[in-house]
Amino acid sequence: MKALLKYLLASLVVLLSACSDNPWNSPYPAADAGKNTLYSAFSERPKHLDPVQSYSSNEILLTAQIYEPPLQYHYLKRPYTLIPATTAKMPVAQYFDKNGANLPDGADIAQIAYTIYEISIKPGIRYQPHPAFAKNEQGEFLYHDLTTEDLTKVYKLADFPHTGTRELTAEDYVFEIKRLAHPRLHSPILGLMSDYIVGLKEYSATLKTAAEAQVGQEGSDAYLDLNSYSLEGAQVVDTHTYRIKIKGKYPQFMYWLAMPFFAPIPWEAERFYTQQGLAKKNITLDWYPVGTGPYMLTENDPNRVMILERNPNFHGETYPSEGMQRDEKAGLLVDAGKPLPFIDRVIFSRDKESIPRWNKFLQGYYDASGIGSDSFDQAVQLTGQGEATVTEAMKAQGIRLEKEVATSTYYMGFNMLDPVVGGPSQSARKLRQAISIAVDYEEYVSIFANGRGIPAQGPIAPGISGHRDGKEGINPVVYDWLNERPQRKPIAVAKALLAEAGYPNGMDAKTGAPLVLYFDVTARGADDKSSLDWIRKQFQKINIQLVVRSTDYNRFQDKIRKGNAQIFEWGWNADYPDPENFLILLSGAERKVDNDGQNAANYNNPEYNHLFEQMKNMEDSLERRQIIDHMVKILRQDAPWLWGYHPKDYGLYHAWYGNVKPNKLSNNNIKYFRIDGSLREQKRREWNEPVLWPVALGLMVLVASLVPAVIAYRRRERGTGTRHTLPAAQEPGAGNA
Amino acid sequence: MLNYIIRRMLYAIPILIGVNLITFTLFFVVNTPDDMARMQLGIKRVTPEAIEKWKHERGYDKPLIFSEAEQGAAKFTHTIFFEKSAAMFAFDFGQADDGRDIAYEIKSRMLPSLAIALPVFLLGLVVYITFALAMAFFRATYVDFWGVVLCVALMSISSLFYIIGGQFLISKLWHLVPISGYGSGLDAGKFLVLPVIIGVISGAGASTRWYRTIFLEEMGKDYVRTARAKGLPESIVLFRHVLRNAMIPILTGAVVVIPLLFLGSLIAESFFGIPGLGSYTIDAINSQDFAVVRAMVFLGSLLYIIGLILTDISYTLVDPRIRLE
Repeated sequence: MKALLKYLLASLVVLLSACSDNPWNSPYPAADAGKNTLYSAFSERPKHLDPVQSYSSNEILLTAQIYEPPLQYHYLKRPYTLIPATTAKMPVAQYFDKNGANLPDGADIAQIAYTIYEISIKPGIRYQPHPAFAKNEQGEFLYHDLTTEDLTKVYKLADFPHTGTRELTAEDYVFEIKRLAHPRLHSPILGLMSDYIVGLKEYSATLKTAAEAQVGQEGSDAYLDLNSYSLEGAQVVDTHTYRIKIKGKYPQFMYWLAMPFFAPIPWEAERFYTQQGLAKKNITLDWYPVGTGPYMLTENDPNRVMILERNPNFHGETYPSEGMQRDEKAGLLVDAGKPLPFIDRVIFSRDKESIPRWNKFLQGYYDASGIGSDSFDQAVQLTGQGEATVTEAMKAQGIRLEKEVATSTYYMGFNMLDPVVGGPSQSARKLRQAISIAVDYEEYVSIFANGRGIPAQGPIAPGISGHRDGKEGINPVVYDWLNERPQRKPIAVAKALLAEAGYPNGMDAKTGAPLVLYFDVTARGADDKSSLDWIRKQFQKINIQLVVRSTDYNRFQDKIRKGNAQIFEWGWNADYPDPENFLILLSGAERKVDNDGQNAANYNNPEYNHLFEQMKNMEDSLERRQIIDHMVKILRQDAPWLWGYHPKDYGLYHAWYGNVKPNKLSNNNIKYFRIDGSLREQKRREWNEPVLWPVALGLMVLVASLVPAVIAYRRRERGTGTRHTLPAAQEPGAGNA
Repeated sequence: MLNYIIRRMLYAIPILIGVNLITFTLFFVVNTPDDMARMQLGIKRVTPEAIEKWKHERGYDKPLIFSEAEQGAAKFTHTIFFEKSAAMFAFDFGQADDGRDIAYEIKSRMLPSLAIALPVFLLGLVVYITFALAMAFFRATYVDFWGVVLCVALMSISSLFYIIGGQFLISKLWHLVPISGYGSGLDAGKFLVLPVIIGVISGAGASTRWYRTIFLEEMGKDYVRTARAKGLPESIVLFRHVLRNAMIPILTGAVVVIPLLFLGSLIAESFFGIPGLGSYTIDAINSQDFAVVRAMVFLGSLLYIIGLILTDISYTLVDPRIRLE
């Protein structure tokens, strides 16, 4: 017994001494204290890390640090500007007519049969260390012919003892473009790119046939060697140069070249991961990326933690030395010209619930945080000028707020196929305009988004070419320009429009029946009741009865696809900073019902469609902006959407987190960030001193409550009679049920 | 006994088929294979061809339960239900919709689930029985009265409240343990303290009251009166006689849940960031991953049946009068 007590005491001392350097509530090992590590959280596990399949923001957060497409966005410059990532210089589009003759830059679009982008990558870029490249002394791949025995002790990628690397070549980029059409992969952009990359559609069919033939001979998981099949639209010129051939003219293609879909994949990786037995151990290219970027994924447990570590083979990129005027003041150019990345390790911990995430941020265990509506008042206050800033409590912790208008839009759409609210008639148009005035998005943003949004004047988000600020940018159907700011028209104007639409005072002039409209939403919890009540109230302002039809997300999508909804809410995040990416949402060719496209409102205005076709392939120019202005004017008059609002993203950052400039389009930003590990460590200790008195108090209360019980027990025992008991075996009744 | 166990295992087959059928029906009443494909492929730029391809690859392009186009037995076997269910009875759970191997996931997530559930179960059993015995010992006194009041109060509070309240007090205000997270090996210990404490407290009300009722019922029996008439101290009566005889109902409740400990807790694992099977199930439901939902329901049913068989076996161990025929 004494020995046991000694052992327990010794263990306690060891435990306490181990804890002494690290706050007790620290979720990280003491050995990591003060290291140059960025701590972040993720709530939803990524589904795909293969760049050809990955499209969600939580996936791109990882893939963008690992894979390097040829281009990237400048970190500091606004409007968003493309710059080379792995290319030696920006690719220049070359236009050709149907006879193959080179055309000048300003050539008529009708003449352009195809465009060629010749892309030259920088020599000397090398892949991260990876077993797919490992070779023996004879130059043969070590792990390209794995047997079942080889895999007995392999549970994760790190269990392969040898790794190798090689130089990035143009062939790797071409290989990835071919992978868009791989029959066993699901690239979300295959459909779109098949319309542009010459031969991709046919290539997809060829690969499908080849894969089907292969299934019969070698099984469904056999390696399909894409290099055996040539794609006209993507050709290798030399080791460091490749060409992409695009049908007609498509200037937005350059933006796609900044997305991970066009990042390089070495054939060795595909060959390695296709081997039998690896998929059973979840060792696939979809889970273990192979890139040339600043980081590599060294721990992949999407249920708990994902760790990125500095890629030792990363080529020498440097921090930008120019930015916007205010960037210098904000200290964002202090690191100009210094080699990237600054941070050695990035730890993404999985925290599914917002409350633990928020509290860990406040304790210093996460370096940055978004702001949920529950914690908004705790984090943000408005100054006298209406400017959002952090509260005093946050300020005292050195936390700062960064804001950026997202390149997104949340809108309320009318189904243009609906007989009441849809269609091009004057009556329906005026009804939509009346509703556009009645639904007060300024109030909505203030109440339900904590002021984090800008009421939209049209479909194009701020920061995108074609968006106009100030007086010339207002929607004259809904707003007047008064006192140097847009002012929503009075409700009397909405009522007058409603009367002109044939519904005076909200009653159908023909039938005398009240006007009842239907708002289709996805099933929501009690938390959203207030916002739905608010929307009903907005319609009630002009005496329209709004019936909320709540359904699950699947049924809601089904209704939208079939055109059975009347009024609905939807949103859009821009893929790239071009107005075409927003205006396409109302293009007739993209109607949801007929074409299963992106136009959920099924809006179809021939004039708009014509202008869209004209505008979409133009370079950014005055002429293009004039066409966009005209298109936006048409949209405002037709009002197929209530333009809703453009959300503002608020982010909180600790004092030790540097070089942060929110960038809504670029995802490979971690390489620019800087962390002051020693300041973080000091603050963590300061903020997380263990409070022991409640434990002591609890023990005292427990002891105090036990004393009378023990006394009562002893008294009762004494009262029972003899304390000498018989052995159990002799006691009658023992063991009886 | 062996015959009995074999017979019970055979009875389990129709039960599992039934559970599988109900899960299948409920799932596909709410979701269609198209919905599942859209959920996996995302909202943006999903073409009908991509949806068809996704369904074809996973066998969701077949009829649900009955195939008109086929002949003979194929009318039933060339269906989603048969193809997905048959493999599962061979413990081949296949792949989740995101491509990860389900059996691998289950294996790797079982331990974290068990790391919380087992201490909560064992510690809970000790604490609840101790308190229940104390209340029974002090029956009809202020200790018993306030004990029952406390139990009712504890029962009336949502488990979510305990979790959030515990995280707030113990981790946020007092900085004693991490709010959430999980570590590998011994490092997991500090993450388990809070969920275990909260798990024990949140179950204390109902369990303690239940055990108290069992003890009081036992204490009213003739053999207890006889023991007391012999002049045995109350502690001997309680711990040697009442506790031993109350083991049967306690075992009924306890043994049946032992296999289910592997499945973890749906809410606690999400809040404490424990990468267990409860969290896995919630993720699968949210992402409409039928393959995982089906596997987890199957596993849950199977473990429950095993639990019931273990309970029957344990009866024979604690009560020699019971024989399994």
